[in-house]
Amino acid sequence: MTIKTVKDLQMGLAEGQFSSVEITREYLDKIKQVNPQLNAFIHTTEDQALTQAEDADNLIAKGKSQPLTGIPMAHKDIFCTDGIATTCGSRMLQNFIAPYNATVIEKFNAQHAVMLGKTNMDEFAMGSSNENSYFGAAKNPWDTGCVPGGSSGGSAVAVAANLTPAATGTDTGGSIRQPAAFCGITGLKPTYGRVSRYGMIAYASSLDQGGPMARTAEDCAILLEAMAGFDRRDSTSMQQEVPNYQAELNHELAGLKMGLPKEYFAEGLNPEVARGIDEAITEYQKLGVEVKDISLPNSKIAIPAYYVVAMAECSSNLSRFDGVRFGHRCDNPIDLEDLYKRSRAEGFGDEVKRRIMIGAYTLSAGYYDAFYLKAQKLRRLISQDFTQAFDEVDLIAGPTTPDVAFKIGDKTDDPVSMYLQDIYTISVNLAGLPAISIPAGFVNNKPVGLQLIGNYFSESRLLNAAYQFQQHTDWHQQSAEVQA
Amino acid sequence: MTLKREDVKNIAHLARLNIDEGAVDRYAADLSRILELVDQMNQVNTDDVMPMAHPMDASQRLRADEVSESNQRDKFQAIAPDVEIGLYRVPKVIE
Repeated sequence: MTIKTVKDLQMGLAEGQFSSVEITREYLDKIKQVNPQLNAFIHTTEDQALTQAEDADNLIAKGKSQPLTGIPMAHKDIFCTDGIATTCGSRMLQNFIAPYNATVIEKFNAQHAVMLGKTNMDEFAMGSSNENSYFGAAKNPWDTGCVPGGSSGGSAVAVAANLTPAATGTDTGGSIRQPAAFCGITGLKPTYGRVSRYGMIAYASSLDQGGPMARTAEDCAILLEAMAGFDRRDSTSMQQEVPNYQAELNHELAGLKMGLPKEYFAEGLNPEVARGIDEAITEYQKLGVEVKDISLPNSKIAIPAYYVVAMAECSSNLSRFDGVRFGHRCDNPIDLEDLYKRSRAEGFGDEVKRRIMIGAYTLSAGYYDAFYLKAQKLRRLISQDFTQAFDEVDLIAGPTTPDVAFKIGDKTDDPVSMYLQDIYTISVNLAGLPAISIPAGFVNNKPVGLQLIGNYFSESRLLNAAYQFQQHTDWHQQSAEVQA
Repeated sequence: MTLKREDVKNIAHLARLNIDEGAVDRYAADLSRILELVDQMNQVNTDDVMPMAHPMDASQRLRADEVSESNQRDKFQAIAPDVEIGLYRVPKVIE
């Protein structure tokens, strides 16, 4: 099966080279063959997919198609899908059939896109390796002994292994960008408030943001255009017009100023990854980009500040899982407290419990100022670092991750060693900025990700810079197809 | 910061999580490690810094107090573990 981008599929469908049913079948077959090895999907939605594809073909035949009509895609199993299981990677929601659609799903449905299935993820999006999924870890198609990254690991694997042309993800501390980097694909975390969070199961509400994952920046532009926009159902959705992202891809980069934060190239970065990033930056210089050294001095406290904010918000958000209204319920509770405590203990995995407990502790009487308030103050400082940097430069560039994909099981014994994986991605979430990870080479046959960070609502510029890079490199065209 | 067994049990109660007696020590170690990481926050002075609750300092939107959603009780209760005549069933709360 040849690799096709969303753009290729759009053209093929428009020209009648193939039907949506044909390509949907191809992807479903491929998933059936290869998913047992990769565990990228928690479940597929074959019947719905074929019905959607038939409807799409009818619309195309009538000349009534929209940009994504008939395009197959996969959704992270954090997005609620009406009438379809939505597990969030947890035993708690193993049998949860969502009673409504997330806004993102509604938007794709309105264009008659085709949903192939729901992808694997760290439980409640808490993790950087996909190993926290109740349904088992997804495997990195470049080396199935390695993690694909997380939490949107299943989506990254599915795109990298050509099980879908595109997928959705969510990013609270790097959960789109880090798996995109580890799997050699393109993943965009939009500005906070750009994509509706309605129906996206909440982890840390002031940080969570949905975004596209695909092979190319061009595909991400096509998908973001469909996903983005104001939603009255999300109280933090921003009232900002959605630009025509595709129209902005062709701008030349000459004269663009790119900042390299010294903190992102310091100790802890694998020197071979650093070399790959340096080469990518040289490529940008050839395109006329001016490179400048900058500093984001508060980067070092981003990890503790992030985990305090995220865990506090998660303990509050996940209090809704009480064994009463939806989700797992324990057998034979003796009283209401026993019902809560056992349902939650049985339903949640270890990492989720740790985060809920730290969150409950930091929010408990007498500790609020020392933890949550302190973290929110640090968040201001981190955000101000970026504001100052963007006075001098248009974009910030650096590695997405300190190293390439690590072995499955390598970091499961020590939660803190896992948290340190997020060192270059979490500041962006604390500040609410957009950032993209694009393939930029290999170390030991494993992909390296280049991260570009932009100012608020500068997704156009990020996609433009990523697209131009991909016009002059072929890292994004390398294939990790796994044979059955 | 090091948490004791009693601290872990107290936190687990606050979070309404049942923790097996045999797992308490492991949680104490893991949570203490995380709190050590969190301690690094104190390396930076934040005396005159305004806390940041929202990236763009936006405030919550208000809307007119009008009915905008229809009642879908049956649909929502269809996914509940235990319901009867439109009510959620739980163990007896009041004697």
